[in-house]
Amino acid sequence: MSVNWRNIGLYAAFFAALAMVGMFQSWPLALTILNMGLISAIMALGVNMQWGYAGLFNVGVMGFTAIGGLAVVIVSMPPVTEAWSAGLFGTLLGLMIGAATIFAAIIVWKRMEPGRLRVAALVGTLLVGFILNRYFFVPAVDAIESINPATTGYLGGLGLPVLLSWPVGGVLAAGAAWIVGKVALGLRSDYLAIATLGISEIIIAILKNEGWLSRGVRNVTNLPRPVATPVEMREHQWVLTLAEQLGLQATTMSSILVQGSYALLFAAVLAVLIWLSEKALNSPWGRMMRAIRDNETAARAMGKDVTRRHLNIFILGSAVCGLAGAMMVTLDGQLNPGTYEPLRFTFLIWVMVIVGGSGNNWGAVLGGMVVWFLWVQVEPAGRWLIDMLTSGLGPDSDLRAHLMANAAHTRLLTMGIALLLMLRFRPHGLIPER
Amino acid sequence: MDFLNALVALTNFVVIPALAYGSQLALGALGVTLIYGILRFSNFSHGDVMAFGTMWVILTTWLLQAAGIGFGVLPTALLALPVGIVATILYMLAADKFVFSFYRRQRVKPVVLVMVSIGVMFITNGIVRLIIGPGRQSFDDGGRFIFSVREFREWSGLAEGLALRTTQFLTMVIALAVMIALFWFLNRTRTGKSMRAFSDNEDLALLSGINPDRVVRVTWVLTATLATIAGVLYGLDKGFQPFTYFQLLLPIFASAIVGGLGNPLGAIAGGYIIAFAEMTITYAWRRVLGHILPEEWLPDGLIQVLSVDYKFAVSFALLVLVLIFRPTGVFRGKSV
Repeated sequence: MSVNWRNIGLYAAFFAALAMVGMFQSWPLALTILNMGLISAIMALGVNMQWGYAGLFNVGVMGFTAIGGLAVVIVSMPPVTEAWSAGLFGTLLGLMIGAATIFAAIIVWKRMEPGRLRVAALVGTLLVGFILNRYFFVPAVDAIESINPATTGYLGGLGLPVLLSWPVGGVLAAGAAWIVGKVALGLRSDYLAIATLGISEIIIAILKNEGWLSRGVRNVTNLPRPVATPVEMREHQWVLTLAEQLGLQATTMSSILVQGSYALLFAAVLAVLIWLSEKALNSPWGRMMRAIRDNETAARAMGKDVTRRHLNIFILGSAVCGLAGAMMVTLDGQLNPGTYEPLRFTFLIWVMVIVGGSGNNWGAVLGGMVVWFLWVQVEPAGRWLIDMLTSGLGPDSDLRAHLMANAAHTRLLTMGIALLLMLRFRPHGLIPER
Repeated sequence: MDFLNALVALTNFVVIPALAYGSQLALGALGVTLIYGILRFSNFSHGDVMAFGTMWVILTTWLLQAAGIGFGVLPTALLALPVGIVATILYMLAADKFVFSFYRRQRVKPVVLVMVSIGVMFITNGIVRLIIGPGRQSFDDGGRFIFSVREFREWSGLAEGLALRTTQFLTMVIALAVMIALFWFLNRTRTGKSMRAFSDNEDLALLSGINPDRVVRVTWVLTATLATIAGVLYGLDKGFQPFTYFQLLLPIFASAIVGGLGNPLGAIAGGYIIAFAEMTITYAWRRVLGHILPEEWLPDGLIQVLSVDYKFAVSFALLVLVLIFRPTGVFRGKSV
């Protein structure tokens, strides 16, 4: 494989831009952008697996990232023992009854002869299951939520190391993807899109409302961190000495160190994922996936089980998104279901994949970082632009004040324009598929 | 007597809101289904186009209100509606000319057009939030009720009240008028017939000399009109907020698919099916059942299948059920 100078140049340009931010704005900001850029790159990798390799149109990315975020709470928060003794059994029993009901309903539908009797049996199964579920579930949930509602009011987690939650996030997202895929794959592409859009909204609704699980809209804050906080950093003498030597303030130095350690962690995960993805893409499995994408009928005729392969890749891609979601919540240190918005967590990731180059892992990664960079930096640029354009209106113009207040939304406009321009003039993205 | 009370409570809390919401969804789904039938892609920007049209209506309403012009008992927004419709038509025609037509000529796969519509969605959303802001706006004025709970109680002497808000009544009347006009247009006029022909069989329609550009233009005009009306009615009824309009995408698509994508009659039926399902499943039945069942039969709790926050789950569940058991929808739409 020859060295591709163009691609290296693109990456170099990105890091040069990041360095400019570091020099002219601040280094902690540059590292913050880099961190979220790395996470976005991982999400873009996941979407790229589904869209780029297999042509699956998943607009439920938000749901899978949120599930990943939930994993952080479940794995790393200390358990609330009172809540466990008060309601764990009832909650789990209720959930199991719910799952068993659905399973039984599927069995009834598949095994019985079509007809009135089958419909009656189905409705009966669902009704009995629902009532049983409510009977055990609701009192248990009430018991959990009434324990210290101001501080806990939920089950808490398992109290395990937070890094463990990253793979767990991937696994949970994979589980959800299996359910979604079983239902929606094999349908037309538009239907898959709408079904995934729906499931992601439902997942967010669950996170917002099921207080026993993750406190709902009251958020879980102060999640354990894999690296020290800036305050802890400043307690070490070597940090202070280093700051002095570099001529930086102690606070800046410590946040650079913290953000830098996150960046190293994320970069390590990204490196592993890229290595795996490249291996997979260039393996017989990857070639089969692309063959299916390019001509489903031909692939089917060659004896490939298209629906099954689609399910595989859908689960894999979603798991990667879940992993990235867990990493993001770890970085933020809190799970805040109210902030999950499809434009930001689903469609922005899509812009990343299209801009970067669908079907190419390096392209998706570059797209993730570049688009995230734009997303952050367009806001001040938009503010400046509106400031310039409306400067003729005078300082106390209401219109000017109103537009300035809404200036942050220029980023949506910019993303739309970027997406349309790329689709029109460079449909293969910055780094096209080989 | 108790049965009457139950019926009144049911009408007040389920039937009237669901009819109004269903009308709004049906108008939205008609837009989606028309685009799907003629241009053959799922238009993800529809919710934001609704917000775009509504935004212009709100701005014009404010202008009219500032000038002291009102519409009596009816909301001023109805006077402003034509402005919003024209603005949205111009916007959609521009979007078609500069964005969509290129891909149509390339004959790309539908999924690429969906992607393009996501780009348009971003831009529209950005424009709306930039101009009117992301906050909630309420712009209904005029008389609030056709009849209020108190008036109904005095008139009927029942314990339960029934109210009909002007916006709900208007929604149903306008939606009905728009639907009749649309069906008259599609079934009786030459342009409408050519649209249906184009939707049924594109090649055959082209062979018989139908001008595809004209059909596409008319489709955008109709869609923009429907979207603006749907958006304004929804906004009058429940308040305007850009994000809510974006989220309407799911129930609207569910309506169109449940009814059968590409089938206008199906879109209307789908709208009401989704609305009624959503309302009945998220309604707390205790109040209604309390009138019918004897006290000792009544279970504890609100007797609510799902909390209101899970209304998406209802649209989604119906959508999935239809996709599994009858993929072309209740009214046999397209299955490209």
